[in-house]
Amino acid sequence: MIPVKAKSSRDDRQMLVFMLMIAAYLVIALAMPLYAILSKSFQNKDGVFVGLTNYVEYFSTPALTYSIQNSLTVSVITTFFSVSIAFTLAYGLTRSCMRFKSAFKVIALVPILVPSLLPGIALIYLFGKQGMIKWLLFGHDIYGPIGIVISEIFFTLPHALIIIMTALSIADARLYEAAESLNAGKLKTFFTVTLPGARYGLISAAFVVFTLTITDFGAPKVIGGGYNVLATDIYKQVIGQQNFEMGAVVSLILLLPAALAFFVDRLMQRKQVALLSARAVAYEPKPSKLFDWLMFGWASIVSIFILTILLTCQYAAVIKFFPYNLSFSTKNYQFDLMDGGGWDSFFNSLQLAGWTAVIGTAIVFLGAYMVEKGRGFTAGRSVFQFLAMLPMAVPGMVLGLAFIFFFNSPNNPLNFLYHTMAILVISTIVHFYTVAHLTAITALKQMDPEFESVGASLKSPFYKTFSKVTLPVCLPAILDISIYLFVNAMTTVSAVVFLYGPHTSLASVAVLNMDDAGDIAPAAAMGMMIFYTNATVRIIHGILSRGVLKKTQAWRTRS
Amino acid sequence: MPQSPPYLQINNLTKKFGEFVALSDVSLDVTEGEFVCFLGPSGCGKTTLLRAIAGLDIQNFGSVHQAGRDVSSLPPAERDFGIVFQSYALFPNLTIEKNIAYGLESLGKPQVEIHSRVEELLTLIGMPDQGKKHPAQLSGGQQQRVALARALAISPGLLLLDEPLSALDAQVRVKLRHEIKALQHQLGVTTIMVTHDQEEALTMADKIVVINAGVIEQIGTPEEIYNEPATQFVAGFIGAMNFVPAIINGENNIQIGQANFSFEPPWQRSTGKCIAAIRPEDIKVGSEGANTLEAEVMEVEFLGPFVRAELASEALGEHRIQADFSANRVRSEQLSTGSRLIVSLPPQSIRLYTGE
Repeated sequence: MIPVKAKSSRDDRQMLVFMLMIAAYLVIALAMPLYAILSKSFQNKDGVFVGLTNYVEYFSTPALTYSIQNSLTVSVITTFFSVSIAFTLAYGLTRSCMRFKSAFKVIALVPILVPSLLPGIALIYLFGKQGMIKWLLFGHDIYGPIGIVISEIFFTLPHALIIIMTALSIADARLYEAAESLNAGKLKTFFTVTLPGARYGLISAAFVVFTLTITDFGAPKVIGGGYNVLATDIYKQVIGQQNFEMGAVVSLILLLPAALAFFVDRLMQRKQVALLSARAVAYEPKPSKLFDWLMFGWASIVSIFILTILLTCQYAAVIKFFPYNLSFSTKNYQFDLMDGGGWDSFFNSLQLAGWTAVIGTAIVFLGAYMVEKGRGFTAGRSVFQFLAMLPMAVPGMVLGLAFIFFFNSPNNPLNFLYHTMAILVISTIVHFYTVAHLTAITALKQMDPEFESVGASLKSPFYKTFSKVTLPVCLPAILDISIYLFVNAMTTVSAVVFLYGPHTSLASVAVLNMDDAGDIAPAAAMGMMIFYTNATVRIIHGILSRGVLKKTQAWRTRS
Repeated sequence: MPQSPPYLQINNLTKKFGEFVALSDVSLDVTEGEFVCFLGPSGCGKTTLLRAIAGLDIQNFGSVHQAGRDVSSLPPAERDFGIVFQSYALFPNLTIEKNIAYGLESLGKPQVEIHSRVEELLTLIGMPDQGKKHPAQLSGGQQQRVALARALAISPGLLLLDEPLSALDAQVRVKLRHEIKALQHQLGVTTIMVTHDQEEALTMADKIVVINAGVIEQIGTPEEIYNEPATQFVAGFIGAMNFVPAIINGENNIQIGQANFSFEPPWQRSTGKCIAAIRPEDIKVGSEGANTLEAEVMEVEFLGPFVRAELASEALGEHRIQADFSANRVRSEQLSTGSRLIVSLPPQSIRLYTGE
């Protein structure tokens, strides 16, 4: 018998071309740089293959290997505190009847809008050598693990909170009714219903916080002092000592825990979904005076912590010279007078964020559409899916260094991109590809899988169904992807710190460089500029999407 | 007189998903204008067959010819069919008009023509004033009608219906059953419907294709399928049926337990073990006719217009059979658990199968 070979339609071929183009992007901007950094770690300065020599050197230098222990220490401690705070806060937000819930939630999500350098700067003003409330540390030094951990708690809290709140809010009220009818006490119900229901969320949050912390560069750079961690070691090896090979080795070591955490997290997420049944009845908390006030108090403390960090930075930015002259001044905003690229770097950041949001959203959504709705070429599609998931496991520092190795190589025809805005956009899109891709895939999966079949049976080319149905229906998700990319492009330091050029300095990098040069107040001012930009864009996005939704999603409501 | 070739010809179709064989060497002809139902339990391969005909999941082996054209390997867009899915798959952001006009626009018809065709179809499905609404504002039955109109808009040569009624309430289902059948009859479009609901298949189809485990068990009119089930599977899947192991011990004679029963010629086969089958409604109360049997009512189940009684008989040994009695009969004979009665198993109602 002769097997039937399915003829591909014009649609199939066009979609394949699109997918291959986006796959080529991921190969050039992700796979090949990663290969470059991998091979670099096995080479000496002259590019000769030397096997494991660099690794042997790394592990026989205690000054370097000590960072592994440091990185693990601060990451584990941060994970414990951040997840505990996030869980208790999320519990209050979902299970109590306390007041001002939405205000608390907004405040808790604020740290997403600022670079991870910012809490460190605030901590210097609060607990530094001349800190305002230095006495609270009882003689301990804020520079070092304490400062890093506090900064990272601030930085990771919103991420943990979102995950845990999702896990807690899918609780099935019927389980609680069952527990009550079986005379289970509040504590027993908590341990037998609440915790098991949220366990995948908790594990997932723990891995996300751990990964964010161990790969973060901003906080240890600003507040780490002499306490070296892996992420700052990469920077020091590359920028300080020009030892690219050792930078590559440290990068690969940093890649390990990040990749491991990523895969465990994916596993947990998959299990989490299975817990959610379509028949679940939403849990409605009942008022309880004591509990509600307790939760209100706790949420207030967390909010005060976050607001203190922000307000301290704003305060530092507008006074003349802390702590000697506390009068009002705008001199710290004269960025053009300091190292770091001046106001240009702020506008460069706006440009980068704008391009990343527009081009990134287009690439990510098209890619997700082709991989989800295309026909045939199954093997190619799973390779694409893998490439799209990979960036999540690659720390920004590693990606940035990989880009240097790949794009700065004189043999690379793409070499001209180095130090341009283009390479910043290319790297930032790749850096934040995975979450955006998953958002798009989730939205596409919620659509009826038969839309494309119906379109084909009605002789409509795929781009008609895509533009007339898929795009309008997925518009909310598309807006979410663009704001996600914008905000992250504004705040990111880790990948771009290796890639900016004399004319393409960025606001976040300026914060880093001004802080490095001792201009801490201007660094705080610039950090707050990033915050205000992101906050403004977030609000505009909110208004815009409400308007757009009203106009284009009218069909969602029955009337 | 030379017969015109069938409109749709499926030859030796095989479809595998990995190791799993979803369809095995399936062949089938569909005449132009015919209403065919693919009937079978879930996972039997009926939807796979429909999707192969549509080109949505192309078979591994075998051919599909439509209107004399070999479409075996063509993608859906190059075939000639309209399709309605169980989920309707109406475009949620487009109005009913836009949904129905979707295919017409792709064919590049002039606006005036599209408009009048949409009006015509809206009238055809009995929803002339609903064109400006969105799908979410319609009931399930209305959505199904719109999906049908959308599929019919481009006047396809073949209409494919994938479990179109199974997401609807029982009453709406019965109503739409008649509407779809009437519409199909009116337009004369060749139609294939996939269903797991035997009542749907029996009432709507000109021809039923019973599929089980990737193989066609029987092809026939509803009457043929019901009255002369070709295999034990078909006999058990459509309608209710008693199955009892039996031994053929002579011409037109079988033995069940201790008792001998006669049956009619078409079921004669070589002597030996077999399975005897009889429908509960064919069992008669009273001592008239052949194959009579004394039995005791073990259990009764009230089913509205009739009562299904479980009967035990010394002659049958451990085997029990079910018999349907009209509600009137039950009342007049005062049948209840423990009643003893004489029933007859008419020889023309007994079927024999080889067993599986």
